[in-house]
This record gives sequence, structure tokens and C-alpha cells, in this order.
Amino acid sequence: MLKTLKIAAAALLLAASGAAMAQAEPLKVGFSPEAYPPFYVADAAGNWTGWEVEIANAICAEAKFECELVPIPWDGLIPALTTKKIDAIMNSMSITEERKQSIDFSDKYYNTPTAIVGPKSETFDASPEALKGKIIGVQVSTVHANYVKKHFPDAAEIKEYQTQDEANQDLAAGRIDATQADYIALDAFLQSDQGKACCDLKGYVAEDLEILGPGVGVGLRKEDTATKERINAAIKGIRDNGKYEEITKKYFSFDVYGG
Amino acid sequence: MAEPATARLVDAGARASLWLQPHRIGLIAVGVVLVVCAALFMRWDWLPNYYGLALEGIWRTLWILVVTCVLGFMLAVPIGLVQVTGPRWLSVPAYWFCTVIRGTPLLLQLWFLYYGLGSLFPQYPWIRESFLWPYLRQAWPYAVLSLTLSYAAYEGEVMRGAFAGVARGQLEAARAFGMSRWKVFRRIWLPQAIYRALPTLTGETVLQLKATPLVATITVVDIYAVASRVRQSTFIVYEPLLLLAVVYLCITGILVFAFRKLEARIPARLG
Amino acid sequence: MSPPGWGGNLLRGLFNSVLIAAGAYSIGIMVGIAGAFGKLYGGPVLRDLLELYTTIVRAVPELVLILLLYFAGTDLINRLLEAFGYQRIDINGLVAGICVLGIVQGAYSTEVIRGAILAIPQGQIEAARAYGMSPGLLLRRITLPAMLPFAIPGLANLWLIATKDTALLAIVGFNELTQETRTAASTTKAYFTFFLVAGALYLLLTLFSNVIIARVEKWARRGMHVESH
Repeated sequence: MLKTLKIAAAALLLAASGAAMAQAEPLKVGFSPEAYPPFYVADAAGNWTGWEVEIANAICAEAKFECELVPIPWDGLIPALTTKKIDAIMNSMSITEERKQSIDFSDKYYNTPTAIVGPKSETFDASPEALKGKIIGVQVSTVHANYVKKHFPDAAEIKEYQTQDEANQDLAAGRIDATQADYIALDAFLQSDQGKACCDLKGYVAEDLEILGPGVGVGLRKEDTATKERINAAIKGIRDNGKYEEITKKYFSFDVYGG
Repeated sequence: MAEPATARLVDAGARASLWLQPHRIGLIAVGVVLVVCAALFMRWDWLPNYYGLALEGIWRTLWILVVTCVLGFMLAVPIGLVQVTGPRWLSVPAYWFCTVIRGTPLLLQLWFLYYGLGSLFPQYPWIRESFLWPYLRQAWPYAVLSLTLSYAAYEGEVMRGAFAGVARGQLEAARAFGMSRWKVFRRIWLPQAIYRALPTLTGETVLQLKATPLVATITVVDIYAVASRVRQSTFIVYEPLLLLAVVYLCITGILVFAFRKLEARIPARLG
Repeated sequence: MSPPGWGGNLLRGLFNSVLIAAGAYSIGIMVGIAGAFGKLYGGPVLRDLLELYTTIVRAVPELVLILLLYFAGTDLINRLLEAFGYQRIDINGLVAGICVLGIVQGAYSTEVIRGAILAIPQGQIEAARAYGMSPGLLLRRITLPAMLPFAIPGLANLWLIATKDTALLAIVGFNELTQETRTAASTTKAYFTFFLVAGALYLLLTLFSNVIIARVEKWARRGMHVESH
């Protein structure tokens, strides 16, 4: 499976660079070098593959950018963007009002519900009452961290991890009682051997558009309006020409674009 | 009584004027201008919101520093001693303990203890039933453990040299006076070794302070983690980091001052 | 459990770590030599500024310095370049990492080299001056070789610190050994194994360095035994 993905990604990269030949304008795309399956997955050769890598390449090819993936830790992405170390962020970053004060976003390119996962041995749901007295782990500086702080004030402790994988790791180790994240990312964890053994889905949290935002977009600098227009057009372009669906089908059995 | 006091005052005044040379006044002026600029043109509006959290963070940093230095030093004494005088089955492990800890990055040790050991918990369910589980669940015991081991290894190496450096003749003389081995250790060997190790303690403790922010990577909320949180939720990059640097400078300054006072109180004739 | 090939990633990470450490160490020594001379022979303002530099670097955690210099440093350079009408330059992670660690190392090696120069018997330098050596020749022929035996223990220690400090670059996402280990561990879930292996690699690097350092020390001291007899 992984091998076919790799070949597909390589082919896509080739296609992308071929298309970009005509008008190669460099665009440095920042991402956090952490395992966030199925969006970002590292292989043993040191390459990054996954749904979001392919979508990023497709958007770049469509917008005629020559994209380069630059690894920046998650909490340094926005500073790196504003200090021009990178030109765009494609790292499952939700569009929120809070972030919009510092940076701009393209239109969304995916949106999925937010879920809570906990150990199999306990039964509870994703309501504030059920999470009372529990230790909840989230990734720092995410919409989930903000959501948990606002909606679960009775949690015993909110632990913030550098990466979602570390939160999953501590959930499996039993150090935390629950973790909140994007449903797809959590589902990938639950499908892994480790996830299957320890944990299951407890439920979806109540919607809060102000905090969770309307979906995931490409993070851009406020002044780069031309880039934003090209990327918006490209997102629409790959949605229309079937490229988006083609990539999505390889990873998911449902539509991740959302309503 | 009044005379020496005035003498000291004059002395202090002379030293101050020696220190406060014309170019220093210029440098201080530049520094003040920079600070005023920073205060006026940078964003500090987040400060009131994080004030309490920051104090908590400083408190936690200091707490971890003190606990790990004290525990680490208590471990360093036997580690140094057995390498000088102990039997092979003690000196060889002590030597390798120092080599391994000093030969690998603290960050890796910390992650190994926290995530490496953590990944074994699901395989051994009995761990979760043991009385240690409430502690194993939290992050700070791992932070304290790895910082303590680190301090013990570095200071253990110093103590080894310090124990070896005490003149043999003194120990033999003490034995000749009929002191028991334990008494010789307690009265002669240990105080002299500690006295010899004292100058390095300041440096090692400052290094330990500089190592504390690593614990933020395993979810312990120290002052560094608070600054990161400010950085992440306000997207202000430089101001929290600058303030953080100032906080560490202050703590280091206090540490160095305190150790100097401590050293001055210990009579010189001991060495 | 672990797919074959992750070992290659760790080795690549180790190579990167050694590369950064070597680069940072070289920069550190150059900064150190310049800093030591500035502190010993420079004017009062230069001396105070250097004192400020070494004090701050030795008091503030490397992690904070790395973050500050990594984000602020490149931004500042680019703003200056733009202010003077030049093009922005793209400073890649490797160069930035090496420079940042080099600046940190420089503060420590300034102190080591300063101490070593002070330990040179004053007569040697005076004799060279009496022979009419130019300052450049004096530095090359007398001061640097004569201070070497005094500086080597301190500098050797700094090399060991440099190799371990590269791990801190994992926090800014650079692909050195610790970061590669983290990626491998989080993908395969074999946290215990990978951290153990990475620890062994760092340890091997240190032990290997120790062997080299012992040889260099012996070589640098070759002239001194004669004197002591």
C-alpha cells in the first residue's frame, strides 16, 4: 500500500514539476515534520507522503507554483510565515478568527468533525459533564486546545503536547484519559495496532464555529493577495477537474471536503 | 565602630567610580534607550493576562532546579567516592553511568524516559495497578529523575576528582589518631572534597538551570512553557522570548550571587 | 515491528548532527579567538560588549537563544538587507542552525582561549616582540601554538558539548539525529527501541571523540614534557 502511494506521490511530483516548467514561481510551503497520518506520513527513505502532501502538490501544480516543502515545527509555523521564512502553510491548519489577526487564509480545502477518543476500558461521551475530572491531552496551539479550555472547564488537567502523536502515545500509555483532535487523524490512530488495542471513539464534540472554524485552509501572509487568489482558483480547479476526488479516494471512503 | 563603616563606604565609592568609567555611562545610556524603545514599540499587552501563569512557571522552574540539584548532589557523592575507593563491582558501573549520561544529549534522555518507557506501559498492565502509577502518570517525576541523573553524573565526575585530590597524608594521620573509617570520611575526607568541588558547583548549577526548559517538551509547565504558550496563542514571537531571556539572566545572577556569599562564608583554612 | 530502512534515517541524522557540530565548533573557535583577543587587547567599549556577550550566552538557556536567533536573527538580517536596498537572502535551516550554535559556542570558547593565552609565559611573547615579529606573525607563530596545550582540555569539552547541543535543533524542526529518531519512533511506535539506538549512536560519537581528543592532547603536549624534566 505504502509503496504504491510512494510511486503515486513521486509521479505526482513529476507531473507537478512538469506543469510548473512553463511558469516556475517558487513557493515555500511550511509543514510540521511530525507523523500526522493520513495527512503527513514519513517513510523510511526520509520522504513525506500522505493526503495533504498530494493535495499540496496538486494545488501547486494547478496554480503553477514550484513548491518546496519546508519542515518547521508546528508552533513555529505562523512566525515563520510572517517572517517570510516560508510563503504558505499547508498543515491541516484550521481557519480561525484568532489566527486571522496575524495571517490570512485561502478557502478551505477540507473540513471534518472534531472527535474525542479515550481508553476502551471506560465509557463516556464527548459532553462537558462526561469529561469532568478527566485529564485531556491536546496538541499545543490548535483549535482543539482552545476548544477544550473553553468547553471543558471541569477537566482535571489539560495537557498540551508538541505533536498529536505524543498525545496519542500518552493516551495509549494511560497517562491521559482522553484526547481531542480532528476525526480523521484520530481514526488513523484507532486503525493502528496500538490504537486498536487501547482506545475507541467516544464521540463528536458540539459545534463551535467561532473556535473550530469553517475548515482547513492554506495559511498565507495578509499582503500576498495575488498568491491567495491563485491558490483559491487552484483549489476550485482541482475540485472541478476531479483531481481532488482522485487523491481523496486513495485515502478515504468518504468526502473530506465537508458541506 | 563608625570608622570601619566609613572606610568601607569610601572603598565602595572608589570601586563604583572605577567601575563607572565614561564609556560605561555611554553604554548604559544606549542600554536604557534600547529598553525604553522595547517597552514603547513592542507589544506587551499580553502581560497582564499571563502574569499569574508566569509566576507559577518561575516557581516551578526554581522548584525543579533546587530539588534536582540537591538530589543530584546527594547521588554525586557516592558516585564520586566509589570510583576512587570502591570495589570494582561498584566503581565500574559508576564509571559507565557517568560516561553514558555525559555522552548523550539530555533531551534524548528525557524523551527516552518519558515516551520510551511510556510506550512499554500498555504491554505490562500490572504497572498500572502498582502503587507507583499515580506518579508514573504525571510528567514531573520523569523531569525530576532525568535532571537529577544528569546533575549526578556531571557532579559525580567532579566529586571523583575532588575525592582523589585530598592529600593521602591527612587521611592517614586521621586514621593514626584512631578515628574510624566512617569518622575519617565524615570529618576529613568529605568536607575537604566538597570544599574542593565548591567552585564548580556554581557553574554546574547554572548549567542545570539552562537545562530546565527541556522539561517543557514533556508537558511540564515551567516558565519556558508559559512563554511558548504566550507565543502560540498571541502569535507574538520576540517579546515573550526576550522577557524569558531576562528572567533567566536574573535567576542566574541571583544564583551566582548566592553561591559567592556561600563560598565567602566557608573558612579558607579548610583547604 | 520496525520496517527495514529506518536505520538509514538514523545514520543520516547522525551525519547531519556531526556536520552541524563541526560547523558550529569551527565558527565557535573563530569567534572565540577573535573574542579572546578583543577581551585581552581591545578598547574598553569592545571589552565591555564582549563581556556582555559571554555573560548573556552563558546565562540564558541554549534553547531560548536558538529560538530567538533562529527566528529573529534571519528576520533581522533580511530587514537590514532590505533597508540597504539589497535582495532578501534565503537562509536555510542548516546554515541558521550552524550559525546559532556557533554563536553559543563562541562565548564559551572565548573564555577558554582567553584563559589559555593568559597562561602562556609572558617572556615568550616579549621575546618574540623583541625579535621584531609583526603582530600577525606573533599570533601565528607564538601565541596560537603556545596557548594550544592550555586550551585543548577546554576546547575538547566544548566539542563534546557541541555534539550534544545539536539535539536542541530538533525543537526547531531540523533533521538531525534526535529529530530523525522522533520521526522514526512516532511512525513505527517503537519509541523505546529507537531512543535506545539513538542514545547508543551519540555515545559512540562521544567515545570516538574521546579517543581522538586523547591523541590530540598528547600531540599538543609533546614539547612540554621536555621542559618539565
